[in-house]
Amino acid sequence: MELTLLNVVIAVTIAIGFAALNAAYLVWAERRGAGRIQNRPGPNINGPLGLLQPPLDGIKLMAKQLIIPGGADKALFIAAPVLAMAPAIVSFVTLPFSDTIIAHNLNIGVLAIFAFASLGGISLLFAGWSSRNKYAVMSSVRAVSQAIAYEIPMLVTVITVVLITGTMNLMEIVEAQKGGIWNWYFFPFTSGLYNPLMTMSFLIFFICALAETNRAPFDLGEAESELVAGFHTEYGSMGFGLFFMGEYANIVIGSCLTTLLFLGGWDAPLPVLSFIPGVVWFLIKIYLIIATIIWIRWTFPRTTIYGLLNLSWKILIPLSLFNLLLTAGLLKVV
Amino acid sequence: MSVPIRLQPDETFILNVGPQHPATHGVLRVKMEMDGEYIVSAETVIGYIHRMHEKMGEIKTYPQFYMNLSRMDYLGALGYSHGHVLLIEKAAGIEVPERAEYIRAITVELNRIASHLFWFGAFVMDLGGFSPLMYALQDREYILDMLERITGSRLTYSYYRFGGLYNDIDDQFIESVKKFIPRMRKSLKKYHKLVTGNIIFRKRLEGNAILSKETCRKYGASSAVARGSGINYDVRRNEPYSVYPEFNFDIPVYHECDSMARYKVRMDEIEQSLRIIEQGIAKLPDGPIMPKKAPKIIKPPKGDYYQAVETARGNFGIRLVSDGTKNPYRLKLRSPTYSNMHLFDETCTGLLIMDALAFMGSLDLVIPEIDR
Amino acid sequence: MSNELVFSAIALLGIAFIVPLLMIVTGVLGPRVGGKAKNEAYESGIQHVIGLADQKFSVKFYLVAILFLIFDIEAVFMYPWAVALRELGWFGFIEMVVFMLLLLAGLIYILKKGVLNWR
Repeated sequence: MELTLLNVVIAVTIAIGFAALNAAYLVWAERRGAGRIQNRPGPNINGPLGLLQPPLDGIKLMAKQLIIPGGADKALFIAAPVLAMAPAIVSFVTLPFSDTIIAHNLNIGVLAIFAFASLGGISLLFAGWSSRNKYAVMSSVRAVSQAIAYEIPMLVTVITVVLITGTMNLMEIVEAQKGGIWNWYFFPFTSGLYNPLMTMSFLIFFICALAETNRAPFDLGEAESELVAGFHTEYGSMGFGLFFMGEYANIVIGSCLTTLLFLGGWDAPLPVLSFIPGVVWFLIKIYLIIATIIWIRWTFPRTTIYGLLNLSWKILIPLSLFNLLLTAGLLKVV
Repeated sequence: MSVPIRLQPDETFILNVGPQHPATHGVLRVKMEMDGEYIVSAETVIGYIHRMHEKMGEIKTYPQFYMNLSRMDYLGALGYSHGHVLLIEKAAGIEVPERAEYIRAITVELNRIASHLFWFGAFVMDLGGFSPLMYALQDREYILDMLERITGSRLTYSYYRFGGLYNDIDDQFIESVKKFIPRMRKSLKKYHKLVTGNIIFRKRLEGNAILSKETCRKYGASSAVARGSGINYDVRRNEPYSVYPEFNFDIPVYHECDSMARYKVRMDEIEQSLRIIEQGIAKLPDGPIMPKKAPKIIKPPKGDYYQAVETARGNFGIRLVSDGTKNPYRLKLRSPTYSNMHLFDETCTGLLIMDALAFMGSLDLVIPEIDR
Repeated sequence: MSNELVFSAIALLGIAFIVPLLMIVTGVLGPRVGGKAKNEAYESGIQHVIGLADQKFSVKFYLVAILFLIFDIEAVFMYPWAVALRELGWFGFIEMVVFMLLLLAGLIYILKKGVLNWR
């Protein structure tokens, strides 16, 4: 693809559009899903099935006052929500949706996305610190310790996949898994590499994705029963809106990555079914994962902070390191 | 890490949890001195919703004061009304027909289940799980609908009268109660599957905030707080009143002393209340619901009277000093949550704020009832 | 400059304008009402708050942040190794085993020291 300015603008616009649309409508999906789980209708007044709820919420948020607390650090306070939302959208630019639909194919796609994702942790720290609110400070310190604890097993698990494929390009990682459900990396007997622990790798990655996106049962940063609203206690109006959308955009990125790395991306589960376009398979897979994430949120209570850190440092990190060594050894032997 | 280090004053900070905070379920204020996430010391500050019920008791006549009781604890109001009417009946020597006492027991137990259900939902919400609250509220709604049909109100009931009841129950009520019992048992199974067996829930509650028997006795704790610490005390069994001796039911007692034990006691109590309701419906005698000659003006003879009842929150005592006029000389309300709450200050020292608030949830606090 | 850098720069610029735009629009559209009580930081409705939020905060709980630095840098080292393992042969593999054993030894030392005991 010729790298003209027009192409870039179109690609970026589509990526932003997809991110914003997903972020907005996942809020709707989450509320409808929660309603279904809890035997109540959920938002159903505005538009058919309540589909107009997200844009109306957006307009309402925009019409509210952006209150900056008296003692707050103004620059950081305003920068934080922008920093929560922007990296999430940038990540979409490097995500492939099928073998043809990708805004820009980066050779180090995996690393780029993780680099952008770790900016999210900084935004939480900014928000909590600049608010000058005790709950927010506690929440941001928690959120950061959580984010860094789960980044390590996540990175190590991704190394396992990089090891098998020998590339950091997301397109090539998916290409390596082509040819039906038995070739996907979540499956123990995969691609001629008989590593029985890949399913565990997949689970580690999924747990880390939940924790990195601050989703229940790891939503300690916004534990409303002790920290009121956590780092965004002082935010109203669009500041809150951006945090909210950023969270959902991150969920989409998390499920996209899970799909690309472990579930074969746009590959059809059976070769017979490959007449259906790849992008359809890809969307089906990511929305299944998102539905699971929503389902988990409305089923489980929240963990404790020590439970969370223990899980990462005492279980996930040793396990993922062990799995990495095993995979490397198997690669050498086979 | 857990070695206690002497802290400089500027290493800790003061955090106010409440009066406007989601964890306190009302306007309780807890002033906490925090060392990071750990609580160095905590002090509960009460009185934000003090309404002078005891003083009102002195200046109002007995029937006028009666409706104040259901405003004390908005979740289990009937238990408090029950205590009051039993006391006045004892003091003024009013005979109560047996049918009225049975209906009182049935409605009190229904109300106890409704209160425990709400507590269950709110407690799990304190721990971050939202869905069980919705399920619990649906079951509670069924109870409130039943009670609304016969008592006329949903929350702050004034159903009992000195000597009997305001309204008799009908076949439709009995039918709906009979339908409710299997439904509730099914729901209980669902709750145990969804919540009690949940690994996160168990890990958070087992071993959380151990309350020794001595601490419970020292503070006068009652209800599930005491029974979760191995104290086998229930007013319905130890100081029987009303028709409770006629029923066959167990007092659930657990010896683990942690928040999980308190949770289990309350969940088992729902089952025991269902048993009482079942027997009450089966044994329900025919007859009047008000005595033939109930006095119009209530003037208990001079003396000192006390009546304790087991409400959903625990041991509720009400003491009346009468001087023979139509107003009491003194009316003292011993509210169970007041005693239970004061355990908090001592126990939460050294806990993480998350665990402390989970512990607070397990105490089942209703703030208007503490402040009276 | 490579194509990728140009592209990323443009993408970042585009987004760096669009997201703040939302904040600016809100600032223009939303009402601007001030007041002492309104601008105060929230602390459960207490008027005379003791202590500021930007004072010293005990990070005992978060000592793990320092551990993170070590582990994260190790993980970054592993990426090029992972890509090139096929070419590196057994030597590369054994090198990494030694490296990881050192890492694990560090983790075990931390565990024994009780840095990760919270409750």
